[in-house]
Amino acid sequence: MKYIDEYRSPDLVRGLLDAVAILAAGIGRDVSLMEICGTHTHAVGRYGLRRLLPGTLRLVSGPGCPVCVTSIGDVDRALHLAGLPGVTFATFGDMLRVPGTGGENLARLRAAGKDVRVIASPADAVRFAEENPARQVVLLGIGFETTAPTVAAAVLRARERGVGNLSVFSAHKTVPQAIRALIADRSLNIDGFLCPGHVSVITGVEAYRMIPQAGRAAAITGFEPADIAEGVLLLLRQIADGRFEVAIQYARGVKAQGNARAREVMAEVFEPGDAEWRGLGVIPGSGLRIRREFEAFDALRRFTLPEIRSAEFRGCRCGDVLRGVMSPDQCGLFGEACTPASPLGPCMVSGEGTCAAYYKYERGL
Amino acid sequence: MCIAFPGKILSIDPDNFAVIEISGTRREVSLDIVDEPVTVGDYVICHAGYAIQRIDEEAALEKLSFLQELIDNEIY
Repeated sequence: MKYIDEYRSPDLVRGLLDAVAILAAGIGRDVSLMEICGTHTHAVGRYGLRRLLPGTLRLVSGPGCPVCVTSIGDVDRALHLAGLPGVTFATFGDMLRVPGTGGENLARLRAAGKDVRVIASPADAVRFAEENPARQVVLLGIGFETTAPTVAAAVLRARERGVGNLSVFSAHKTVPQAIRALIADRSLNIDGFLCPGHVSVITGVEAYRMIPQAGRAAAITGFEPADIAEGVLLLLRQIADGRFEVAIQYARGVKAQGNARAREVMAEVFEPGDAEWRGLGVIPGSGLRIRREFEAFDALRRFTLPEIRSAEFRGCRCGDVLRGVMSPDQCGLFGEACTPASPLGPCMVSGEGTCAAYYKYERGL
Repeated sequence: MCIAFPGKILSIDPDNFAVIEISGTRREVSLDIVDEPVTVGDYVICHAGYAIQRIDEEAALEKLSFLQELIDNEIY
């Protein structure tokens, strides 16, 4: 497979890891790097990279799993909308088993006869709404800058085609504000960040300016083993030289200026708003709410939601795991009461959640 | 969640949807948010049913040969 196999070449990965080892030894102190993106966390586990890196390098997993950082309040609101009569609730598959306050989830609602549909593309929700004018289709907008433009594009298409029975519940979030919060967190001392490759396709380097400004290293990195090894190498080089910038490792997909068209589409439909992140709390300006001129497509305006009293599941330490201050195996529930087969918290539910990745790949290290 | 794959464009329809091939499977993706013209034969990165970027072939080849050179000559 073109653009994948080349980056899985053992020779290439081995060579890059040799370079990493030499550079890490030269730095002569422990270094903490954070992979922000859940897809990175998963790739690091899948390719066994954590155990191939020198002992002085610590790779910490960050809050880059949109499903995991969705607040319990938003999960409860999504469940409420999905339960309304006449509603077809369209969602990406990874939200299905995320538990709300009462342990309820979308999969159980579906089993109980509610119309919950897993879509592969927001465009599918528009198509379904068009073909089923008697249903109120609610699309769960979830994800970072990679996904938000696809939801915005679907809204624009719906408007263009005069689809009046589609609305979006936007729980979208943006990455830069979360990075700011991580940098400001004194309990977390991160020397460099592996920045998420596909978010960066949209944002370009601009989204990460605050990282070098704070004297930390940044490298926009792809998802194959050679990409990640080279991303780590670029971070170590910045740390060794004491010169910080936003490096682009993933140059085949990321342009410095990003994808302006996708950003325009996103900004046409959404505007920044405050958002609550699991683990990080409310981060001002880190959410995306639907602009007033698109209020017809806003599920929160179309439906009246009651006051829902939400509460986190007791004992689940997802919040601390997402902030990078705790490793999954330090949670008392991990691997015992909470496993991928019967997950209690979102970081275990989501395929790319940190706990799920550690359970699958990192146990016994 | 932000998972995305490189796929080769096989055809483009008037409604701005393309059929792409990813490792032998075919999928339909929208071209609504790509920021440059793409044609049949191009590779695009696809996420959630949308192409989000044309892959820069030149950048990819240049990078691979650079890394190979780095490793062959151990110029770390």
